[in-house]
Amino acid sequence: MRAPSGPDVSVGDVLLSVENVSLSFGGVNAVSDVSFDIRKGEIRAIIGPNGAGKTSMLNIINGFYQPQQGRITFKGQTRSKMRPHDAAHGGIARTFQNVALFRGMTALDNIMAGRTLKMHRNFFWQLLRYGPAMTEEVEHRRRVEEIIDFLKIQEIRRIPVGRLPYGLQKRVELGRALAMEPDLLLLDEPMAGMNLEEKEDMSRFVLDVNDHYGTTIALIEHDMGVVMDLSDRVVVLDHGIKIADGTPDEIKGNQGVIDAYLGVAH
Amino acid sequence: MAPIAAASADTFPKLLIRNANLYGARPAMRQKDLGIWQTWTWEQVLDLVRAYAIGLHRLGLKRGETIAIVGANRPKLYWSVMAAQMLGAVPVPVYADAVADELAFVLAHAEVRFAAVEDQEQIDKIMSVMDRLPKLEQMVYDERRGLRDYDHSHLHPIDDVIAEGRKALADDPSVAAWIDTEIAAGKGSDPSIILYTSGTTGTSKGVVLTGERSIKAATDTVIFDKLNENDVALAYLPLAWVGDHYLNYAQGLVAGFCMACPENSDTAMQDLREIGPSFYFAPPRTLELLLTRVMIRMEDAGFLKRKLFHYFIGVARKYGERILNGQPVPLTGRLLYWLGNILVYGPLKNVLGFSRVRVAYTAGEAIGPDLFNFYRSIGLNLKQLYGQTEAFLYVTAQPDGEIYSDTVGPACPNVDIRIADNGEVQFKSPGMFSGYFKDDEKTAEAMTSDGYVKTGDAGYFDEKTGHLKIIDRAKDVGKLNDGTFFPPKYIENKLKFYPNIREVVAYGDKQDFVAVMINIDLTAVGSWAERNNVVYASYQELAGHPLVYDMVEKHVAEVNRSLAQDKVMAGAQIKRFLILHKELDADDGELTRTQKVRRGFIADRYGPLVKALYDGSKQADISTEVTFEDARKGTISARVKIRDMQTEPAAAPMGKAA
Repeated sequence: MRAPSGPDVSVGDVLLSVENVSLSFGGVNAVSDVSFDIRKGEIRAIIGPNGAGKTSMLNIINGFYQPQQGRITFKGQTRSKMRPHDAAHGGIARTFQNVALFRGMTALDNIMAGRTLKMHRNFFWQLLRYGPAMTEEVEHRRRVEEIIDFLKIQEIRRIPVGRLPYGLQKRVELGRALAMEPDLLLLDEPMAGMNLEEKEDMSRFVLDVNDHYGTTIALIEHDMGVVMDLSDRVVVLDHGIKIADGTPDEIKGNQGVIDAYLGVAH
Repeated sequence: MAPIAAASADTFPKLLIRNANLYGARPAMRQKDLGIWQTWTWEQVLDLVRAYAIGLHRLGLKRGETIAIVGANRPKLYWSVMAAQMLGAVPVPVYADAVADELAFVLAHAEVRFAAVEDQEQIDKIMSVMDRLPKLEQMVYDERRGLRDYDHSHLHPIDDVIAEGRKALADDPSVAAWIDTEIAAGKGSDPSIILYTSGTTGTSKGVVLTGERSIKAATDTVIFDKLNENDVALAYLPLAWVGDHYLNYAQGLVAGFCMACPENSDTAMQDLREIGPSFYFAPPRTLELLLTRVMIRMEDAGFLKRKLFHYFIGVARKYGERILNGQPVPLTGRLLYWLGNILVYGPLKNVLGFSRVRVAYTAGEAIGPDLFNFYRSIGLNLKQLYGQTEAFLYVTAQPDGEIYSDTVGPACPNVDIRIADNGEVQFKSPGMFSGYFKDDEKTAEAMTSDGYVKTGDAGYFDEKTGHLKIIDRAKDVGKLNDGTFFPPKYIENKLKFYPNIREVVAYGDKQDFVAVMINIDLTAVGSWAERNNVVYASYQELAGHPLVYDMVEKHVAEVNRSLAQDKVMAGAQIKRFLILHKELDADDGELTRTQKVRRGFIADRYGPLVKALYDGSKQADISTEVTFEDARKGTISARVKIRDMQTEPAAAPMGKAA
């Protein structure tokens, strides 16, 4: 359904590249010597069996973990060390496997929180809500309302997220990530725990985000149907090692991937 | 007063021009967009619609052609209706939640060449049945999202169509004169809209209404309820339903009041509160849902609040209705009610969005006396009307001060009603339809030789009040084998007045006794289960729970007791009942889009259950196909239990000469 984009058909320039990255916790190698890239405007899936190192990989990209070896180049800048704060400033936003929202705050306020980095007036002016601070507030609020409209969550605007069903919380979390206007959006299992209808809605939103905002998306997902439908390219990890990388069709036919998922007779 | 002037305009576009002259700067339409209420004045609406009509004409829409309107209540879709009418084209609104098959039927039958749709979802739906719509050429849409990669040779954003029209108006002065001649050329006797009936009885039929008759009918009711340009209504009911077209569109244009569109269908309740309409319509089902929610929340409220609420609701039940009707009430009653209004009714109405409601109507189905009286007692001027699409809604309506829960009121102004020999209600009204679209045979069937419309409803005029009482569909009224009179709906409604029961299907015609299938209400029973530690994993499990059966049995016994009071009905007491394992759903064809049960269809679909009700078995197995919201199909199987009921002896004559 999406245009095929094999290695020779590039969606755009390389936005982020991961080169020979390794990370271990004590004796456990979470990620060993993994290299791949994410191109501008594509939807890139990272898949693999449980414990393959997918979330660790996202955490490395996000700057939450520091790799012991290897280099990461994001928007042309190579780094070996970065904090999540820098990543956010640099234009990387993410959602979490287990929803991480401010439960007591409304959906609107949660999404507004995503705008924090874009606010320039200082605390004092914001407290007064006067002049430029007010203009800025109105502008941010407009952006947030656009996202609410985009995600069709108008009816829960004023409801504390703790009272919302799980599927909607996930949507609010996506909204908060979008509010950052990221260049790269990392989605950690956006469909986990959802029913079929919610999954379809979420898939549509992911495609729409990619289409409408042109946001590059890297996602981890277990639902193979979803992954194959959504993504342009897929990278497969198993026990921290990259075992395959290519278009959904290539991955489907890859014997190594099939073995990793189903196990092999020894 | 404004409505008088309306009589001079015989089409809706002419009325629009009148409103722009008369109320130019007053709000005509509102919609919440990006969290902020946007307003369009009558002048702006006229301006937009003129440009839109020119744009549509440039795309090829011509006089006499039909254009489908598919989507929720959005200003742009209402403008599509207006713009089409300006060109002399006939809008055909379709229910937004119709499945592709129903949509295809209406669009094909109406021979639409154009469609104005809300968003990608509706476009996808139409595209999926494109092979059945060879005539459909162009579609215009409101919401751009997700449509960027679609083939745009036959798809146009409504905004662009309007912009195109504006450009034409600016470039060429003759265009303005042209559109004005087009509007003037519209005749009151031309079809103004085709509304497809919901299909309670078989496939839906296209009811053709003319502009002149529509405006006449709306003028009568606008005067009847003293509506004027200062009123506000929230258009939240399906666009394709006659009620929305009449109450909001037609009355709005005639009276010049403001129609507000909700942000989306899920926010209607919040929007209602923010807008605070002065004219309100809700089907009994919605009112019931609201009350159930209030009651559930009150159960969870603190001790003091609960006491306060129940005490003052008691006061309202005692005096509220009489105060609203202007009847004498003792001073203490008035004082208590005044206090209750400050502490309970006022805030409650505010939460429900009823604070400013001057006139409220309910119709479509019988409303439970408790439910009806509750709203009236807290000071909401809720009234009943009776009508149908063929009449362009109103046949009867209750005038202020003459309100009864079991009647639908006397005939509306200029409406002539008579009861046929077989008990069927027949009428002649100013707004009556000119025929079914492309179906003279059905039209002839629906009319009497002297020009009355057959409603198909059985009813009679109440001797005491002179108001009309509707008991059931004329053809549904049957007889038990022993000759007892059996109006299924009458029995169903009695049961449905219990909050725990959502839907009932009664059987008994040509049988030995009456048996019913019941649908429990998940909200009410679910909340009861929570409070009583009843554990369940699914609707099916809850529906089959023995304690739920016990509870429903009590309701059925009460209904039997009340039926026994009435000598005619005493023989129609319920002997057996079962609780269905799944909710009846319009997607499965079990309900109409207006949520009425399709008894015959259900009898076929649940054949084994109906058989079991009458062969004395204690349980029965059933397996049914269900359609999910995305049109996929699945199967639900269940073993359903059946309970026997004791019947009450018929009430002894009261010994009074009556």
